[in-house]
Amino acid sequence: MKGITTIVVLALALLAAGCGGDEAAGGPLTVYSGREEELVAPLFEKFTDATGVDVEVRYGDSAELAATIAEEGDNSPADVFFAQDPGSLGAVDPQLEELPQATLDRVAARFRDAEGRWVGTSGRTRVLAYNTERVQKRDLPASVLELTRPEWKGRVGVAPTNASFQAFVTAMRLSLGDERTREWLEALRANGAKTYEKNLPIVEAVAAGEVDVGLVNHYYLALVKEEQPDAPVANHLFEAGDPGTLVSVAGAGVLASTDQRDDAEAFVEFLLSEDAQRFYVDQAEENEYPLVAGIDPPAGLVPLDEIQGPDVELTAFGAELESTVELLRETGWLS
Amino acid sequence: MSSAGRRPPFALALAATVVVALLLLPLAYLVIRVAGGGQVLDVIWDESTLDLVVNTVLLVGGVVVAAIVVAVPTAWLVTRTDLPGRRVWAVATALPLVIPSYVAAFCLLGFFGERGLLQQALGVERLPDPTGYWGAVAALTLSTYPYVFLLTQASLRGLDPSLEEAARGLGVTRARALARVTLPTVRPSIALGSLLVALYVLSDFGVVSLMRYDSLTRAIYLQYRSLFDRTPAAVLALVLVGLTAIALAFELRARARGRLWRAGPGTARRLRPVELGRARYAALAWCTLVTGVFLVLPASVLGYWLARGIANDRELEMPWREAMHSLGASGLAAVVTLAAALPIAVLVARYPSRLSRLLERLAYAGNALPGIVIALSLVFFAARYASPVYQTLALLVFAYAVRFFPQALSGLDTGLARVGPRVEEAARGLGRGPIATAWLVTVPLVRSGALAGAALVFLSAMKELPATILLRPIGFDTLATEIWGATQVGAYSQAAVPALLLVVLSAPVLWLVHGDRGLAETGG
Repeated sequence: MKGITTIVVLALALLAAGCGGDEAAGGPLTVYSGREEELVAPLFEKFTDATGVDVEVRYGDSAELAATIAEEGDNSPADVFFAQDPGSLGAVDPQLEELPQATLDRVAARFRDAEGRWVGTSGRTRVLAYNTERVQKRDLPASVLELTRPEWKGRVGVAPTNASFQAFVTAMRLSLGDERTREWLEALRANGAKTYEKNLPIVEAVAAGEVDVGLVNHYYLALVKEEQPDAPVANHLFEAGDPGTLVSVAGAGVLASTDQRDDAEAFVEFLLSEDAQRFYVDQAEENEYPLVAGIDPPAGLVPLDEIQGPDVELTAFGAELESTVELLRETGWLS
Repeated sequence: MSSAGRRPPFALALAATVVVALLLLPLAYLVIRVAGGGQVLDVIWDESTLDLVVNTVLLVGGVVVAAIVVAVPTAWLVTRTDLPGRRVWAVATALPLVIPSYVAAFCLLGFFGERGLLQQALGVERLPDPTGYWGAVAALTLSTYPYVFLLTQASLRGLDPSLEEAARGLGVTRARALARVTLPTVRPSIALGSLLVALYVLSDFGVVSLMRYDSLTRAIYLQYRSLFDRTPAAVLALVLVGLTAIALAFELRARARGRLWRAGPGTARRLRPVELGRARYAALAWCTLVTGVFLVLPASVLGYWLARGIANDRELEMPWREAMHSLGASGLAAVVTLAAALPIAVLVARYPSRLSRLLERLAYAGNALPGIVIALSLVFFAARYASPVYQTLALLVFAYAVRFFPQALSGLDTGLARVGPRVEEAARGLGRGPIATAWLVTVPLVRSGALAGAALVFLSAMKELPATILLRPIGFDTLATEIWGATQVGAYSQAAVPALLLVVLSAPVLWLVHGDRGLAETGG
């Protein structure tokens, strides 16, 4: 049984070496990030450079991290939750504290939680990605509602299980009502729209000509271009007020159970600083919108204040998600 | 079975019970979650749940059949015939085991998919859609048939030649001897391999997600991602446990009729290889096909991505640190899992009783659960009741042990089944205590099986993704998380480097599974 003893000793030694776990106040700040390391890692470095506070980041899927925070309860080691979408933040909002008003006021009210528990840090619009070799610009639809017409039969890609598509459906429900949304979902299905798991595979499929257009967030275009510079794919914005032009955010909140409230709040504030917001414009691979007023978006993007999305409150989306999923299920989009 | 009915030593029974109790933590979590919600019956009786069950059963059945069809003839060819270059083929056909199933799916899509390598090579406008049922079966077969292959091969090697020779002596043709004597003897190994395949398929999310095939596991993930209620996911996970029970029952039936020990260890000789004659061209073609589809194809897609990355000037770094993390955590997992499996394996093999059998079967119960369920269950227990170990390497290794326990058990089981209790009884007769007997006699004799089991756990842990993401210590990146991170943002050329490194580092470990040299030594 010597072997087993050795293993136990070894494991304990590794534990003692401090591979994680408990953290004294003043230790590194723990951030759960649903945003990909490839995209946001430089932001954490900038924060450490600016404040001297070390940051430890757990990367994962936003929804899975939300489920993790929920299972951890009050013992969560996380101080900050930095998520891909308002839905994931909304799912754990009982565990988030109210942010300082000065931080919240950095962004427009439509980009933050009504009760101040999370704040948007960067913006994205829903767009129609299209294959530039197979679709002429003049043939592009003015409204997402047109995608159910015969000329788009079998040519549209969507990701019904993905949070961003579900948020768009919520926006449609809130602006056009449940009945019209139901009809549209049924018609789109009858029109042979192809389903994908996420946004990125849709843009890849559009680039490959597997489908001609796809409903996605705008910034996946830049990621695909990075991997395949010649890919024949571009983004198209629907007309003003169209539910297909929903503007949404990635955002952050501070866990109420944190033992480093000051550092955690400083981090969220930092994400809305000029420096961090400029990062999205100047350096980030994925071309997101800065949300703080006075900073221009990356070249080639239509400025946010010129995009008029549907008239809906992002804050309401968390509570509406269940009905949206139910509607998607009833119309056969989810198994 | 002269030891039947003997009472096991208390320490052994206690150790086995503790191990099984720990393995059942994910089940306990599911029960807690389900008890907390009210809509259990709604979910179970939902029509779509039935569809998911049917889909899942079809997928498991398809992959198990495909794995047997690919693995068993190949194992026979490389073990029992004079196939030219059979040692090389033996390694090449086992190698796909080291390719993670999600990488296999990416590669198949990169080859057969829209604008994939095949379409570019053929210059045609459109190919059939490679996603869906057949795509999922292909990708899962690729990464799981080696389980059946390796176990069948080990069992063919250890085969007592006297059985087949006796049959031949009685005037039975070679083909009939193969069907009536050889196959039934290796059937328990095929069954055990198929069980590992079935458990893998039941738990796998990467492939069904990429191939967009609606299985239970995919539905469980989607439930977790829909955020507002974790109860339906838990109910579906329990349905998955039910399917595991059915798979276990099948395996038990298939194996019950085949278990045998060699009468006297030390007397076995190697069988003379079957001369293939002209058939060897067909045999070579078969091995080329298997290797081509399951090894060369994915490797060339990875190579293509890598070349594209270099051509496009993407930043490609060698992930050495991640490789060290993968090797370290997987190595620990192999040792810990093996140690945990030992008491149960010995209990079942040496003190067969209804209770020991039940303990063994319970140890399998949670193994078809998707990684995220196991991860969240350990999050739940560790964050609440064991916070010092939460998000430490110890908990990650524990998660690997829970997920890959059957693989260690299968190795030990195969090893113990071939030793036979009489050697141990002799040691006891010479006045040694039970623990000394185990240490001095049993452990050395099952060494090859134990190494094989540990190697399987190691290889699986190297590839593991969903539990690793949630349970690793912060900043503890592995090759698998590196691949995941790159594919998340569509950077396939950056995923190719860690994927190739994962394959290259895992490959040597196959020698362990393969070697079976301990057996050759003890068996003469």
